Amino acid sequence: MKLKIIVLAKQVPDTRNVGKDAMTPEGTVNRSALPAIFNPEDLNALEQALQLKDQFPGTTVEILTMGPPRATDVIREGLFRGADGGYLLTDRAFAGADTLATSYALATAIQKIGMPDIVIGGRQAIDGDTAQVGPQVAQKLNLNQVTYVNKVNKIEDGKITVTRHIDGGVEVVEAPLPILLTVNGDAEPCRPRNAKLLMKYKRATAPMERTDDMPYKEEYEKKPYLTVTQWSVADIDGDYNQCGLAGSPTKVKAVQNIVFKAKESKRLTAADAEVEALVQELLENHTIG
Amino acid sequence: MNNVFVYCEIDQFQVEEVSFELLTKGRKLANRLGVKLEAIVAGTDIKNKVEQQILPYGVDILHVFDGKDLFPYTSKPHTDILVNLFKKEQPQICLMGATVIGRDLGPRVSSSLTSGLTADCTALEIGDYEDKKNNKTYTDLLYQIRPAFGGNIVATIVNPEHRPQMATVRSGVMKAEIINPQYNGQVIYENVSDYVPAEDYVVKVISRQVEKAKNNLKGAPIIVAGGYGVGSKEGFDLLRKLADELHGEVGASRAAVDAGFCEHDLQIGQTGVTVRPKVYIACGISGAIQHVAGMKESGIVISINTDPNAPINDIADYVITGSVEEVVPKLIKYYKENSK
Repeated sequence: MKLKIIVLAKQVPDTRNVGKDAMTPEGTVNRSALPAIFNPEDLNALEQALQLKDQFPGTTVEILTMGPPRATDVIREGLFRGADGGYLLTDRAFAGADTLATSYALATAIQKIGMPDIVIGGRQAIDGDTAQVGPQVAQKLNLNQVTYVNKVNKIEDGKITVTRHIDGGVEVVEAPLPILLTVNGDAEPCRPRNAKLLMKYKRATAPMERTDDMPYKEEYEKKPYLTVTQWSVADIDGDYNQCGLAGSPTKVKAVQNIVFKAKESKRLTAADAEVEALVQELLENHTIG
Repeated sequence: MNNVFVYCEIDQFQVEEVSFELLTKGRKLANRLGVKLEAIVAGTDIKNKVEQQILPYGVDILHVFDGKDLFPYTSKPHTDILVNLFKKEQPQICLMGATVIGRDLGPRVSSSLTSGLTADCTALEIGDYEDKKNNKTYTDLLYQIRPAFGGNIVATIVNPEHRPQMATVRSGVMKAEIINPQYNGQVIYENVSDYVPAEDYVVKVISRQVEKAKNNLKGAPIIVAGGYGVGSKEGFDLLRKLADELHGEVGASRAAVDAGFCEHDLQIGQTGVTVRPKVYIACGISGAIQHVAGMKESGIVISINTDPNAPINDIADYVITGSVEEVVPKLIKYYKENSK
């Protein structure tokens, strides 16, 4: 049995290293000001996909991501670890998307790629922590979904069995293929890069990343696998009204920055007035209450 | 029409605490907006078992969906119920728990209805919104307030154009309050097959293992943790009072566990539980590296310690120099006085 698997991956700002330029005045994330990493739970998802590829030879694993051209990093990272290819959705019109507009773009791209047996991604991304994109992509493709997966147990007779986390325990679930899965951080960590694959794919790029003065330009003509597929809204026949800021029902009304100044502590005594002032401050900024 | 809806989560026949918290919040929002509070509950053989748990929170209309394969929860049938009910009832607000179920169901429903959903809200308020770009003002929207971006910012989200305005809220964030044990709400027993097509029951739960956790340290938004400086078991009772007041959980350092002040499963740190609450109140904890490893990703750290140079003070946002038995009762007192 050969499976066709699409891994949803996101390049995320490393929210553990947030500076003061992290947000734009409009309240969206200023991605260029932050170190960018492969969203951790998407790596757990990639590992589950690669294990299925090990188990079922002939299986293909492709990475789908949306972001600026530099988000091709997550596709390269996937290739280094064993993925077969990738798709980058990049277009100014995708920018400012909330989860619904993001899932519209991803689902539309998946339809363009051709329906896989399994769509798999991390449970949530560390920059938003919403866990919404997976189920929303499933809904748009009319796929069944199983979220919070710890492990794919088996695939047999067109049915997949997984163990998933539930509040206070675990559950074993069986579902027919095709299916969308989201994977927890508790699942097995992703295998490291493979040295051979690293050599093979280190120059893999999306067309938008290329410049005329690249010394190894001619390689791209000889080795088609070094070209990452890059799609705009028009390439996936997308509806501009459902993409990016325009396709996002949620709007950010206000953003309050609570980045702490390198933990400069406020010192108080146990005096009543000081304790009361602290409680009032915490209530006012919604920290407690 | 245009009422506030709450999806009630159940564990077989028992409605989950988070749902009571949301019903309480939903009641307040409905009062503010001058509309009704409606609730939805779906499960198997739940008729006459769940109604009296839900109605006392001030529910005007309760929709009961009692059907063979509705428990344990699977995504599609519960989505069908909400989507088809909402198409008919046109709610303006829908709340659900930011639980594994709520976070599986909410996005699927919002995608079906093309409505906005905000996950893990820490506060919900009603207010106006001015869209400066389009020069439009919206009145009485739901402000969905949540930390974002790894807890580095707090964002207020609104959904101006789309309904319902959907939000999920974690357990323990809101307070549950019974309005009236005999609250006179209407119960509607819905015909499940009118809502869920037979082919949507294809995902099967083969087995389930659920252990009721003794504590909820891992997911707790607020933790009151005690160290050796708490001094005694009785001292921990005081911490528990503060934690109850703040809807938080009690944790401990290894030193406190080793001294026998509290149970082992409360231990936070490298060899205990790792926590990342919004607020961590460290009471009489010196702050050994092993302890800090288990709590350093907390949002705001408040340290209460007689030693102004305790290592934990270096990573604290607020340092109160004083003894636990003096400061903690004051925190309780002023919280009670100042919170609504």
